[in-house]
Amino acid sequence: MSEKRVGRVVKVAGPVVVAEGMAGARMYDVVRVGALNLIGEIVELRGDTASIQVYEETTGIGPGEPVVDTEAPLSVELGPGLIESIYDGIQRPLDDLVGVEGSFMSRGSDMPGLDRKKKWHFKPTVGDGTKVGPGDIIGEVKETTLMVHKIMIPPGVSGTISGIREGDFTVEETVGTCRGDEGATHELKLMQRWPVRNPRPIARRLAPEHILVSGQRVIDTFFPISKGGTACVPGPFGTGKTVVQHQLAKWVDADVVVYVGCGERGNEMTDVLTEFPELKDPRSGEPLMRRSVLIANTSNMPVAAREASVYTGITLAEYFRDMGYTVALMADSTSRWAEAMREISTRLEEMPAEEGYPAYLSARIAAFYERAGRVKCLGGPEREGGLSVIGAVSPPGGDLSDSVVQATLHVVKVFWSLKGELAYQRHFPAIDWLTSYSFYKQYLKGCFDDKEQGQEMERMTVEAMTLLEQESELREIVRLVGAEALSPRDRLALETSRSLREDYLHQNAFHAVDTFTSMVKQYEMLKTVLHFHRQGLEAIEAGVETAEIFKLAVREDIARAKYIPQTEIDKIVQIRRKIEDQMKQLQGAAAAK
Amino acid sequence: MRSVKEYQTVTNIQGPLMMVEMVDEAKFGHIVDIELADGSIRHGQILQVENDKVLVQVFEGTSGIDVKRSTVRFLAKPLELGVSPDILGRVFSGLGVPKDDGPSIIPTNRLDINGQPINPYARDYPNEFIQTGISTIDGLNPLVRGQKLPIFSGSGLPHDDLTAQFARQATVLGKGEDFAVVFAAMGITFEAAQFFIDDLHNTGAIERAVMFINLANEPAIERIATPRFALTAAEYLAFELDMHVLVILNDMTNYCEALREISAARKEVPGRRGYPGYLYTDLATIYERAGRIKGKKGSITMVPVLTMPEDDKTHPVPDLTGYITEGQVILSRSLHRQGVAPPVDVLPSLSRLKDKGIGKNKTREDHADLYNQLYAAYARGKEMQELATIMGEAALSDEDRKYMKFANAFEARYISQDYYENRTVQQTLDLGWELLSMFENAELKRIDVKLIEKYMPKFRQKAGGA
Ligand SMILES: Nc1ncnc2c1ncn2[C@@H]1O[C@H](COP(=O)(O)OP(=O)(O)OP(=O)(O)O)[C@@H](O)[C@H]1O
Ligand SMILES: [Mg+2]
Repeated sequence: MSEKRVGRVVKVAGPVVVAEGMAGARMYDVVRVGALNLIGEIVELRGDTASIQVYEETTGIGPGEPVVDTEAPLSVELGPGLIESIYDGIQRPLDDLVGVEGSFMSRGSDMPGLDRKKKWHFKPTVGDGTKVGPGDIIGEVKETTLMVHKIMIPPGVSGTISGIREGDFTVEETVGTCRGDEGATHELKLMQRWPVRNPRPIARRLAPEHILVSGQRVIDTFFPISKGGTACVPGPFGTGKTVVQHQLAKWVDADVVVYVGCGERGNEMTDVLTEFPELKDPRSGEPLMRRSVLIANTSNMPVAAREASVYTGITLAEYFRDMGYTVALMADSTSRWAEAMREISTRLEEMPAEEGYPAYLSARIAAFYERAGRVKCLGGPEREGGLSVIGAVSPPGGDLSDSVVQATLHVVKVFWSLKGELAYQRHFPAIDWLTSYSFYKQYLKGCFDDKEQGQEMERMTVEAMTLLEQESELREIVRLVGAEALSPRDRLALETSRSLREDYLHQNAFHAVDTFTSMVKQYEMLKTVLHFHRQGLEAIEAGVETAEIFKLAVREDIARAKYIPQTEIDKIVQIRRKIEDQMKQLQGAAAAK
Repeated sequence: MRSVKEYQTVTNIQGPLMMVEMVDEAKFGHIVDIELADGSIRHGQILQVENDKVLVQVFEGTSGIDVKRSTVRFLAKPLELGVSPDILGRVFSGLGVPKDDGPSIIPTNRLDINGQPINPYARDYPNEFIQTGISTIDGLNPLVRGQKLPIFSGSGLPHDDLTAQFARQATVLGKGEDFAVVFAAMGITFEAAQFFIDDLHNTGAIERAVMFINLANEPAIERIATPRFALTAAEYLAFELDMHVLVILNDMTNYCEALREISAARKEVPGRRGYPGYLYTDLATIYERAGRIKGKKGSITMVPVLTMPEDDKTHPVPDLTGYITEGQVILSRSLHRQGVAPPVDVLPSLSRLKDKGIGKNKTREDHADLYNQLYAAYARGKEMQELATIMGEAALSDEDRKYMKFANAFEARYISQDYYENRTVQQTLDLGWELLSMFENAELKRIDVKLIEKYMPKFRQKAGGA
């Protein structure tokens, strides 16, 4: 151990340090830099000279200081204790660090990702003599009330189990042994390690078929994401990317949520940390924190660790997927990750491509999103897992021709386009219904137990979207020649579209009821808005003035339907009866004239 | 104490940068003193070390420095600010040297001006409402303690009046706690700086203020250090002396230009409009120093001011600022021209932390619904104002005309107030109801029916029925 390779610093330029005497070192080996023992990673090798991206501030480092090769790639620890944790970009537990070094981050600290002292109750699901291979589940730990942590044989290990036993163990204690056919033995522990830059192995990829329900109307109804799917949320500052990500982290029907705050605000992480333990999962009634892992490498924390943070996050997510769970990963914001890449690349004096980004930018982005997917997991018992990835993108000036946006759009299947104009009108979520898209729409009907309901929902989404498209044309006409030029039917279309926008698409994330809408409630609400439209058309046929229709008292009920709690959903059905009654009265009056 | 090493091996001077060779023991980020032939001293910071070659940025600029007769001393420490409670009431240069006639500060501690990032887990969420007395802020974009809320302005717009009003009126309801104002001037005119200082004098707040002043005619590169000095002072006051500190950074555009100058001199690949690719990260190391910390009484609330070149919000300085700060207050040239003061452009302005700072027991239960409704109505009214200028008012329907009227009244009464008018948040909220009383209850879809029933009747009577 003491013969670790030691080189010496020759150059320091911001987050990049160059060291000599590193012959034999490997790409992506983790090194310790200088007297301060800073953590870094080799990102370029030329002869015996290594360029190192340093995960901590490099002030005070100078030529001549030692660089020690740990001879291992950047890896994370995987095992019980991940859930409810908050880590920095290289899996140092931020909560424990506060206890050791106080409110401000100091440098060179070492702190393992998993608690070494805590004991977990392990229950084997296989017995001695069982033949096992990579990915096989050998037992369980009840990690939180929401998480049964499956203990799996690490990739690369196989053989016959012996000495496996139930009991309380720390993550480092041996729970059993696996003897390989060639006689090699592997001690089985609750913890395993995995290098973050390599995807974890799976048995096979499957096509995504199920919607990841988010409770956000504009998303689920029009642009749904699937379990195992990928989505991106680009938009100018202040348009709601983070709120969308937070809403998903709160309400999606996933078993595990990994939230990566990548180069964004400190207070946003605090927000999650204060809210999630309080908020209840609508399905289980348990605090949301019990299924969440947070990675926080905020904008003022070192850029190299920011570069690593998305990999740390996705590796943790893959690990839970491997257990057969549905996992959702949010990365806010992938632009900051790309900027970190750019900064490192600049310091390495690489040849820049567009906007100063390295030429490998789009390859890295594609490789990252490719780690998402619905899969048949490695090992037995046979199981399926899903990992959805949702990345925020923050293009300069909100310009969608930005390299990061473009590279992302090449790979993701869902595009939620946030528009500044909508946000300024406080139309939230400011997802532009005309330019956004989803490739998973056809699975929406599968969200309903009742098949007919599913089919009707599908039909209604088409009807609603047609109205919204019609609206944008009609508004153009109004701008040119005024509202008088419109036929009564067009006027009704305009009003229904307004109702769709204001009463349906608009959703207040901060309202206790409105923040989450179940699929069934979405169905009922949409049906009600469209019912008004159809009834209105009939009334127009019967000679009713549009002004009369627009004045109907029931419109206020439609507008307030979103605030009706899930438990009182039949009140929404009653609104439809009310619509019929009031329309009938109008028709009666018109006929009497 | 480490011995200070001296070198006379300057080989190259270019723009604000200087190369020193045959140096040993230089450390990245540390500072140097440069003694010129005439005995005067300048200050610099190490930007890069490679073997024995050291690249130094010179804060005061390099004019007059020569290669042969300059002596460079490596001070083996980062740039520091000496702090003690005596810094209150004092004026410093942009490089942290006392600039008034006061005695020299005897520091109880010397702090690295770069600070250290706050551990996100140690942060306490900002949720204490600050009353600024300005309706567009308090009613629509409430500021909370520990927030960073910039003012996006343009040349010729009255951001100085607005920041002075902030400093004069900002209070937390029902509390008489220790406060302080830290003011960093970066490249602003003497007049603008003096206006602010005079205002502090008039209110007596000058004794609780610390100022770091780098004026337009002072060295540009010094501005890179100025906000960091200011924030180091602020952190000391907030987290060691338990004060609630309001930090005003004016003008961040000048700061960014100084950064661009260095980047250009280093021949770095430029990003948009020549600003360096790391501008976002650099700004974040400044803005993220605002906040609250668990277990500490004090707080840092930050109001950076920046002028948008050509009023362009997508210019890199406002754009990247907006991506870091917790909202923005945008000033509108057209409102300013119409004589609306302060000319806050309500629709694109935003406070992201408002929701946790308002409501029952904080401001009033109706606050959130009320601003949602005001926004919705004003957004629609604004659209109608524009439509009316294109097609004439006659083309609007009765309903549309009502929204336009609302927008006009809203601008004249709600947005417009005097720089010396200090409205309580109750007055602001009531004014909102009064303006909304021109609509039927059923049209107020964003407000809870119970709240309408509770609050609206008295305003309807006042307005003599809708
Ligand atoms: N669904 C919503 N309901 C209510 N308010 C919302 C909603 N979405 C966004 N907002 C408002 O918009 C503000 C800005 O949203 P958010 O912080 O998510 O923007 P962002 O796109 O992440 O910006 P940045 O790129 O600067 O991080 C929020 O603070 C909130 O006030
Ligand atoms: Mg955000």
